[in-house]
Amino acid sequence: MTSLVFADIPVRGWVALIVAAVLLLLVPPFANDYVITVLVLIFYFAFTGQAWNIMMGFAGQLSLGHAFYVGLGAYAAAALYVHFGIGPWIGMLAGILISAWCGAVVGFLAFRFGVGGVYFAILTIAFAEFARIGFDHFRWVGGSSGLFLPVAQFKHNDLWSLRGNPTMFYYVMFGLMVAALIVCRALLRSRLGFYWQAIREDEHAARALGINTFRCKMIAVVISSGMTSIAGVVFAFYYNNLFPEQTFHISKSIEIILGPIIGGIGTLIGPIIGAFVLTGLSEGLLDVLATLKITVPGAKQVFYGVCLIIVIILMPNGIWPPLARALGLTERPERKP
Amino acid sequence: MSALLDVNGVSKNFKGLRAVQDVSFSVTQGEIFAVIGPNGAGKTTLFNLIAGVFKPDQGAIAFTGARIDGHSPDEICRRGIGRTFQLVRPFPTLTVRDNVMVGSLLRRHERAAALVQTEEVLRRLDLYDKRDVLASALTLPDRKRLEVARALATDPKLLLLDEVMAGLRPTETDRMVRILIELNRTTGLTIVLIEHVMRAVMALAQRVLVLHHGAVIAQDTPAVVVRDPAVVKSYLGTEAVH
Repeated sequence: MTSLVFADIPVRGWVALIVAAVLLLLVPPFANDYVITVLVLIFYFAFTGQAWNIMMGFAGQLSLGHAFYVGLGAYAAAALYVHFGIGPWIGMLAGILISAWCGAVVGFLAFRFGVGGVYFAILTIAFAEFARIGFDHFRWVGGSSGLFLPVAQFKHNDLWSLRGNPTMFYYVMFGLMVAALIVCRALLRSRLGFYWQAIREDEHAARALGINTFRCKMIAVVISSGMTSIAGVVFAFYYNNLFPEQTFHISKSIEIILGPIIGGIGTLIGPIIGAFVLTGLSEGLLDVLATLKITVPGAKQVFYGVCLIIVIILMPNGIWPPLARALGLTERPERKP
Repeated sequence: MSALLDVNGVSKNFKGLRAVQDVSFSVTQGEIFAVIGPNGAGKTTLFNLIAGVFKPDQGAIAFTGARIDGHSPDEICRRGIGRTFQLVRPFPTLTVRDNVMVGSLLRRHERAAALVQTEEVLRRLDLYDKRDVLASALTLPDRKRLEVARALATDPKLLLLDEVMAGLRPTETDRMVRILIELNRTTGLTIVLIEHVMRAVMALAQRVLVLHHGAVIAQDTPAVVVRDPAVVKSYLGTEAVH
């Protein structure tokens, strides 16, 4: 396991990773709450992007409905907390189970009946939309008027109940992002990871090599959806309110996938770089606009669009692959034949 | 002597087109067996029936004594039949080594063991020096050998090769022939190949099956088959034999 995760990283890679991690760990004492909240958001997108990347980047199955799994995790943990006082970490287990099960249903329907490509993507949108409309009428969790977690001034951070100031959430989300990176590296380099990539590249050829493609794709969906719901739980306890109209909205699904697309689909660092670039720059832009007292409605969306266009034209594989080459951080330098 | 592969009265229709009609043959352990015939004769369909892409309408296919017709392609590979595709299908954005690793991991779940086997297969197929190149950057002869390497890495008892010489220059053809003979001699690997390049068929095959319009018109040693009037008429032409 450790060799699967930590082997074959060049020295430069180690240095870069450790420097980045130390810098990020040292940020909170020196930063104001605004910077902290932006970074929490970045970690959140890095984590969900990493989870989405398992399905699309590794196994080649395009999901445009990952807000579904965020929402299921968020609602499951929040409802258990509000109604029964069950803590978020236990609620997280429930969230993961519900989410993974729903992911399995989507996967089964698609893969059993040979729904692939764009049609699979439409199916994932459909499920997120079902949830959005369904939860609007789901009274037990507040319906369309929303579900609220009790908020009080926190005198001290309570990690067990995830009640605390943004700095606590900063470290929680940072930890999750690092954990996701480690898990994804292990997965990508495992037998399953090779099989996913084979399926992504050519499913017929993969089957001819003895790969049970149905099973492998199901595992990808289950892991990805279960992992995504973890972010949903933290999200719920961070924002303390949930509305179906926002939580399950397709724009939330799109936000999740922009990071890995811009950073580099199928790469391990891409989702993290993408989250930093998109959220970091867009929040910075909003900040600048606010200081200049300019109000531009939809500035963030326009900015996302511009970022996408630039990356697609200049770096069709995302920012990370060319950046890694420039910095000499590729896993195995390509030799000339 | 029991056959490794036993194809018995197999037929397959596509909407009225009789692609394969009542084809029977058996291949013994350690043999190199060729399937030849004009374009559209049903050779690739026959391979797809054996490899599980299609289920035969009639007839039975047995491998190591057990029925395999109608099983899925992955199940058939796990039972020990490796195959290549006529139009090569490498995993383009993976390196040559990772392409072969995918095959190798079928029977070696540990990365380290699979890597050892992968490098051995790469050496056998003259691809070791190109192990870190992306498959998309390979030339056609290299891709053809990668196709064989990947199938070989799954440790097949039987290898189905669909026109691995097509599009190769004579020197490349000879290189492939040499590799296949070497494989067959040293590992006892049984090979069934579809081939148009008669130079390769003559050098490799112990027995040849000739298909025409989906039906078997001859089945014998290469030397006999090339003198068979029906084969000459339908496929080889009167002056084709090298």
